[in-house]
Amino acid sequence: MHATETLPPPLLALTGFSKSFAGFVALDHVDFTLHAGEIHALLGENGAGKSTLIKAMTGVVHRDAGTLRLDGVAIAPRSAEEAVRAGIATVYQEVNLAPNLSVAQNLFLGRQPTRFGLVREGEMRRRARALLGEFGLSIDVSAPLESYSVAIQHIVAIARAVDQSARVLILDEPTASLDAHEVEVLFAVMRQLTSRGIGIVFVTHFLDQVYAVCDRITVLRNGRLAGSAPVDELPRLDLVRLMLGRELSEATSRRPPVVEGEARADVATFRGVGKAGTIAPFDLALRAGHVVGLAGLLGSGRTETVRLVFGAERADCGAAEVAGRAVSIGSPREAMALGFGYCPEERKTEGIVAELTVRENIALALQARRGALSPLSRREQDALAAKFIGLLDIRPPDPERPVGLLSGGNQQKVLLARWLATAPRLLILDEPTRGIDVGAHAEIIGLIRNLCREGMALLVVSSELEELVTYADEVVVLRDRAHVARLTGAQIEVSTILATIAEAPSSVPLSADAA
Amino acid sequence: MNLRALLLASAVSGALFSVGAQAADMTIGFSQIGSESGWRAAETTVSKAEAKKRNINFKIADAQQKQENQIKAIRSFVAQGVDAIFLAPVVATGWDSVLKEAQEAKIPVVLLDRDIDPAGKDLYLTAVTSDSVHEGKVAGEWLVKTAAGKPCNVVELQGTVGASVATNRKKGFEDGIAGASNVKIVRSQTGDFTRAKGKEVMESFIKAEGGGKNICAVYAHNDDMMVGAIQAMKEAGLKPGTEVLTVSIDAVPDIFKAMAAGEANATVELTPNMAGPAFDAIIAFKDKGTMPPKWIQTESKLYTQADNPMAVYESKKDLGY
Amino acid sequence: MALRLPRIGTSQIVALGLILVANWIVSPQFFDIRVQDGRLFGSLIDVFNRGAPVALLSIGMVLVIAMRGIDLSVGAVMAICGAIAASLADTHSLPVVLAAALGAGLLCGLWNGLLVAVLGIQPIVATLILMVAGRGIAQLITEGRIVTFTSPDLAFLGGGSVLGLPTPVVLTLGMMALTLALVRGTALGLMIEATGGNPRASALAGIGTRFITVGVYVWSGLCAALAGIVASADILGADANNAGLWLELDAILAVVIGGTSLFGGRFSIILAVVGAFIIQAMNTGILLSGFPPETNLVVKAVVVLTVLLAQSPRLGGHFAGIGVLFKRSKSGGKRS
Repeated sequence: MHATETLPPPLLALTGFSKSFAGFVALDHVDFTLHAGEIHALLGENGAGKSTLIKAMTGVVHRDAGTLRLDGVAIAPRSAEEAVRAGIATVYQEVNLAPNLSVAQNLFLGRQPTRFGLVREGEMRRRARALLGEFGLSIDVSAPLESYSVAIQHIVAIARAVDQSARVLILDEPTASLDAHEVEVLFAVMRQLTSRGIGIVFVTHFLDQVYAVCDRITVLRNGRLAGSAPVDELPRLDLVRLMLGRELSEATSRRPPVVEGEARADVATFRGVGKAGTIAPFDLALRAGHVVGLAGLLGSGRTETVRLVFGAERADCGAAEVAGRAVSIGSPREAMALGFGYCPEERKTEGIVAELTVRENIALALQARRGALSPLSRREQDALAAKFIGLLDIRPPDPERPVGLLSGGNQQKVLLARWLATAPRLLILDEPTRGIDVGAHAEIIGLIRNLCREGMALLVVSSELEELVTYADEVVVLRDRAHVARLTGAQIEVSTILATIAEAPSSVPLSADAA
Repeated sequence: MNLRALLLASAVSGALFSVGAQAADMTIGFSQIGSESGWRAAETTVSKAEAKKRNINFKIADAQQKQENQIKAIRSFVAQGVDAIFLAPVVATGWDSVLKEAQEAKIPVVLLDRDIDPAGKDLYLTAVTSDSVHEGKVAGEWLVKTAAGKPCNVVELQGTVGASVATNRKKGFEDGIAGASNVKIVRSQTGDFTRAKGKEVMESFIKAEGGGKNICAVYAHNDDMMVGAIQAMKEAGLKPGTEVLTVSIDAVPDIFKAMAAGEANATVELTPNMAGPAFDAIIAFKDKGTMPPKWIQTESKLYTQADNPMAVYESKKDLGY
Repeated sequence: MALRLPRIGTSQIVALGLILVANWIVSPQFFDIRVQDGRLFGSLIDVFNRGAPVALLSIGMVLVIAMRGIDLSVGAVMAICGAIAASLADTHSLPVVLAAALGAGLLCGLWNGLLVAVLGIQPIVATLILMVAGRGIAQLITEGRIVTFTSPDLAFLGGGSVLGLPTPVVLTLGMMALTLALVRGTALGLMIEATGGNPRASALAGIGTRFITVGVYVWSGLCAALAGIVASADILGADANNAGLWLELDAILAVVIGGTSLFGGRFSIILAVVGAFIIQAMNTGILLSGFPPETNLVVKAVVVLTVLLAQSPRLGGHFAGIGVLFKRSKSGGKRS
C-alpha cells in the first residue's frame, strides 16, 4: 500500500492488527482499508476473524498490535461508545436497541432534545420523522420499535448511527433474517449513505449480495488476510477459493481407491427430510464403512442437516429408516438409541463439559444411554478413559484433569472418545478439525479412515475440502440451505466442489476452468 | 392515674348510652389491617361481637397489609356515608389526604390499636390503643412483687429488633424493675416474636447460665416466645412456673393453658377489644356531642395462675387467636 | 467459566472448627455435654439440632443449584407441610400425617419443576411464585393462627432422640445418606454435574435433562417438607407466618459456603450440610455470647464474608496457609 502524498488518506485504515486469546491467534497482522463512499464486503468462514476484527476496531476487544487511522489520524477507541464518538458505528444482526421504546425514543435515546431538563417529545418526534424521511421511510415514530419488521428496525438502527455523525458504518450480517424485498430496501439505504461519503463495512455470508451491492471485497481466513480486491476483479470462484483457501493447483490429493463391489449395508436413509426455514428437504443414504462429506459455505445448511439427522432439531417433513425400519428421530436420546453419535462444531458450548474430568466427559454418552440407574463403576470408567487416552493419544494423559484445561485438539479427541465409547453405527462429525493444530488434523483424519475401515458409517461436515476429498466416498454440496449436488467417485475433487459451491443460480457465469 | 379514670368514665358513659335508640341505626366502617397474627384475628372477632352487642351495623374491610387497600376502603366508606370510620393503620404516615376527605364529609375517624404520625392529630377524633411501655411496666412490677426482695436474675426474650413494640416493652419492663436492685436482667436476645426462635434463644440462655440454675425468671415480649421458652426449659429438665418464674405479654389462649398446667406464671393482656371503647366514644359523641379524649388507653390487665386460667382459656380460644 | 478443581472441602471444615472454637472462647461451657432424659444435652448438640432444618433444605437446594437452578420456595413449602402435619397430628396416625406432609412437599416440588423444565420459566421467577403464594396457602391451612397439637408421635420427630442424638439430627443424617446413595450411588450425580456445567452439551450427549430438572425440584420439595415437619414437631405447633421464613436464603448460603457455584456444575452434599452447620454454629455462638441482638446480623455477615473469601481461589493464593490447602486439594481429592 503506497499512498502518495497527493492522494487523500483513506477514510479508515487498519494496519497490522493482531489479537490472541489464551494462545489462540484470532488475528494475525491484518490490514484493512476503507474509502469514503465505499461498500466493502468483509468475508470469511467461521473463525476466520471477522468478528474479532470488528470488535478490535471498535474497541470492544483490546488489540495486541496494530494501528487504526480515521482520516489519517490515529485513534484508539477503548469501547463501543468511544468508537461511536470517533465516528465508527456498528449495527449488529440482533439490533441492540430497546424494542419496547418508541422508534423516536430509540433514535434519540441518551441524547433527547430537552428544554429545562424535560424531554421535548414533540420535537423529538418531528426530528425522528425528518431523519427517517431521508431514507424514504415514513412510519409512525411513536409506535414501539418491536411493532416493526426486522428490516425497519435495522434502518432505525442505521439512522441512529448515521445521525450520531458516523463516518464509518459496520453492518454485521444485517441481511441474515430479511426477505428479498427487505434486502433491496436495505441496499437502497446503503447506497444512499455512500453518496454522502459514508464508508460501509458489510459482513455477510450471502455471496449474491456481495456482488449486488459491494465495491470491494476483503477475505479473512484463519485470522489472516487472505486477499482484498475490487469486486469486479474477483470472480465468484476466486472468491470461494480465497475463503476456503485453496488453489486449484494444490488440489492434487486423491482419495484412496474405493474397493468397488463390496456390499455395504444401509445404516440409515433419509428421504425428503427437511425443516421449513432451516434446510430444504433432502435425501441422504448412510452406509456402513462409507463416509459422506458435506461441503458448502458457512450458513449453507451443513450443520442444519446433521442436526436433523441426530434429532437435535425436529424435522417437519420426510421419513427416516434405520437398518430397514422406519423410525422417527425426535431427540438426541432417540438418535443415540439407534446407534448414532454426534460431535458438534461448537465444541465449547455444545460438546465438552469443561469442569468435568476427561474420564467423566468420555463416560457421559455411554452413561446416558445405560441410564442413571446402572452407573458405570469407577473401575469401568477408569478403564474406558485409559483405553481412549491411549487409543487417541489424548494429552496430557491424565484422566482426572478438567477437560476445559486441554487444548482444542485434545478436547476434540475426548469428544470423539465419548462417542466411540458407545460403539455407534453412525458417527456424525461437524468440523472435526476446526481450531485444532496441524498435527492433530492428521491424527483425526487417520482416525476417521480407521473407523470407516472398521465398518462405521460416517457423516462429516468440513470446510477443509482438501482433507474431505481424501476420505469421503460421497460429497454432498450445499448452497443456500439446500443440498444442490451429490458428487461420487472421480467427481470428488476440490476443484469440482469449489465450482459447485460457487455456481450462482443465474447471474454470474462459471469461469471456464471450473467447468 | 388520670388516664385510667378517663377510660373508666368513658366506658361507663358508653354503657349508659349504648342502649340509646340512635345506636341501632348507626353504620360504622372498619378498615382492618389484615389477619397477620392471631391477635389481629381475635380483634376482628371481638369487634364484631362488640358491634352486635350495641346493635351497630358494622362493616369490616380487610386490607391484607396494604395501605392502598385501606385508603380505598376509607374512600368507599365515605362514599357510602357511614356514621363513623375505624382505622387500624398499617403504617404511620400517608393518611393526610384521605382523612381530610373523611373530615370534609363530617365523618369522625377513630384509630384502633396503632397511632399515626403526630402531624395528623387533627384529622381523627380519638385513638384507642394500648400503651406498650405500660404493658412492660406491669410485667416488671409483678416480677418485683413476686421476687419479694430475693435476688432474681432475669433473662429477656426481645421482640424483633427495631420494632417499636419491642423497644417499648423492653423500656417499660426496665422501668418496672428500676426500683428493685435485687431484680436484674442478665441476658437479653431477640426471639423475633416467634415460638421457634423463643425456644432456640432460651436453649442458649439455659446453657450460658449454668444449665438454668442461675435463671430466676424469664420475661418475654410476647406469649408465643414464652411458649417456646417453656418447652426449652422442660426439655432441659427445668420446671417453669415453679423453679423459673415466667412473665410475658399479650394474653393469648395458649399461655393460659400453660398457666393452668402450672408452667407459666403471669401474662399482661393486650386486649383485642379496642373496638368496644371506640364504639362507646362514638355513640357518646354522636348522641351527646361528648368530645372524647385524644387518646383512650386500653387496660393492660395482669393475669396470674390465681385468675382461673382454664376459664380464661375457654373464653378466648374461639376468638381466632 | 472458571474451572474448579475437585476439592476435599478443607476450608469449610476448618471454618466450622474455627467457629466452634470461637464459641468455646465466648462461652466456656460450649463443649459440655451431659445426658438429660436419655438425650444428649449441650450447646454443641444445639448447633446440630437447630441447624437441622436448614441442613435439610440445603440437601435439596444443592442439587437444584448444581443444575443451574434455585429454589426460593423452600421456606414457604416448610410452612405448608408443617401446617399440614400439625393440623392432622391429633386426628390421624403418624404414617398418614407424614404421607400427607411429604406428599404436599412433593407436589410443590413437582409444580416448581414443571414450571422450570416444561414451561421454561427462569428458576428464580418460577419458584418465587410458590415462595409468595405458599405462605398464603399455609395461612389458609392454619386459618392464620398457630395450630398446636399434642400427639407424642409427631413431637418425637422434633424433641425426641435416637441413641441419644436428637431426632432432627438423625433425620438430617438419614436424608443426607439417602440423597448421597441416590445421586452418588447412581449416575445421577454425574448427570446433574454435566447438565449444570453445560446443559446443551449434556442434552446432545443424550442426558434426559428435563426429567432430571423436575427430579431435583421434587427432591428439594421433599427435603423442605421434612424440614417443615421437624420445625412443627419442635414447637408442637405450626406457625404459618414464621415457619421457614427466610430460611431459603440460609439454605442458599449454606450451599455456597459448601463450595457449590451458583452457576451450576460440581456440587457437594456433605459440604452443603457442613455449610448449614457453619451458619447455625454462628447463630448459636452469637446467642451464647451475650452481644446485644442489634449486632447479630453484622457479626454474621462478617463471618460469612470471611469464609467465602477464604474459599475464593483468586484470594486464596494470598493467604499462605490457605494456599497450601489448595495445593493439597489439587492432587486429586475425592468429592463427597
